[in-house]
Amino acid sequence: MCDQTFMAITFGPCDNCSTTSPLMNIYIKNEPTNYCSFCVEMMACQGLLKGETLASLKNESESLKKKLEEERAKLHDVELHQVAEKIEVVSALSIKTRRVLKGHGNKVLCMDWCKDKRRLVSSSQDGKVIVWDGFTLNKEHAVPMPCTWVMACAYAPSGCAIACGGLDNKCSVYPLSLDKNENLAAKKKSVAMHTNYLSGCTFTNSDMQILTSSGDGTCALWDVESGQLLQSFHGHTADVLSLDLAPSETGNTFVSGGCDKKANVWDMRSGQNVQSFETHESDINCCRLYDLRADREVAVYQKDSIIFGVSSLDFSLSGRLLFGGYNDYTINIWDVLKGNRVSMLFGHENRVSTVKVSPDGTSVCSASWDNTLRVSRALGMPWLLVLYSLT
Amino acid sequence: MARDMTDKEILKMELDQLKKEVSTPRTPVGANCQETISFVEGLAADDPLIKGVPDDKNPYKGDKGGCIIT
Repeated sequence: MCDQTFMAITFGPCDNCSTTSPLMNIYIKNEPTNYCSFCVEMMACQGLLKGETLASLKNESESLKKKLEEERAKLHDVELHQVAEKIEVVSALSIKTRRVLKGHGNKVLCMDWCKDKRRLVSSSQDGKVIVWDGFTLNKEHAVPMPCTWVMACAYAPSGCAIACGGLDNKCSVYPLSLDKNENLAAKKKSVAMHTNYLSGCTFTNSDMQILTSSGDGTCALWDVESGQLLQSFHGHTADVLSLDLAPSETGNTFVSGGCDKKANVWDMRSGQNVQSFETHESDINCCRLYDLRADREVAVYQKDSIIFGVSSLDFSLSGRLLFGGYNDYTINIWDVLKGNRVSMLFGHENRVSTVKVSPDGTSVCSASWDNTLRVSRALGMPWLLVLYSLT
Repeated sequence: MARDMTDKEILKMELDQLKKEVSTPRTPVGANCQETISFVEGLAADDPLIKGVPDDKNPYKGDKGGCIIT
């Protein structure tokens, strides 16, 4: 029995063959099951057609990847920055920090804007989720979470609820009430259940559905009212760290990024992985732009002087500017079309964890491991237009 | 979950995905870039982070005159 020695937490009848033996606790498609080790081996070999081995599958995979590269390369006739040479350079930006939101006791891990363009929700390593009024710096609500490392938070489109989650493997929705004395923690509703930490969550176009991504390698779409799983998205082979919905109101797609260096585009209705992009080489210290219709990368935003990774990014309202929050405590602003860096924002004293542009495009908020959030805006410069017309 | 799957299952999953992807319809980069550029240029004129916000519309600009004590 030497090949069968392992630590067994349970001993009993196997779920498959009913023989009494030490059981291995495994999860099959989210269901915990107990199989004896023989049945586990048999199961691993099922689903393989005759004659298939690991090596043959790998070879087939490599050849298909090569074929995909060729197909994509055929359409690569010109670079984005070449086509963009003729357009005007973005005028010098003067974006300044207007508000610093202090109050978290530990690293701020995530934030989100409310659709009213003024409120924000932020979550922190100290287990607190705070709803702020960005104009007055008022803390409107503070919700204590049962776990530390609340890695994801989101504001509902109606502005009436927030969702958050992290190491508790769940995504919980809290309805926000106007009554200051009401205990928000009591009204918590657990919506999503994953088998590993929650890395990202966002509401879809309504308050009724939430999309989540998790360290267990999957993304899932949930119904808020019933807590039911509507669709799950399998395809990443490692932790999924981030996700974002397509901006159109009728859109049904979203993109997720994972530790397997892939960015996958998914169809929400069918659960299918529609496209996949794998040109990142390692932990990310550059930003890449992929064109979905051409199915390839069209621009890379990097500089030799930038050696720290990007943790989060967001586009400005028109899509001309790309804000990236870096681990060297700065935010770099890139010109999306021309590919060069336009400006930098300083001020944080530790890594920038999240960067988000407000829904009306007027401000950008950055959350950082220095326990603060900063809201920055551009100054009005009407006199610049006069200068251009003189020359 | 990905971490509970054997290597064979992970490879199988990748293979099925690649087979689907090889046949997706694609359009040339040049045409798409043109469209992207005209889309962005069209919206850039209204982008408050590029052209700035006039001071009277900027809710963050206040608090320069001191406080009123009644």
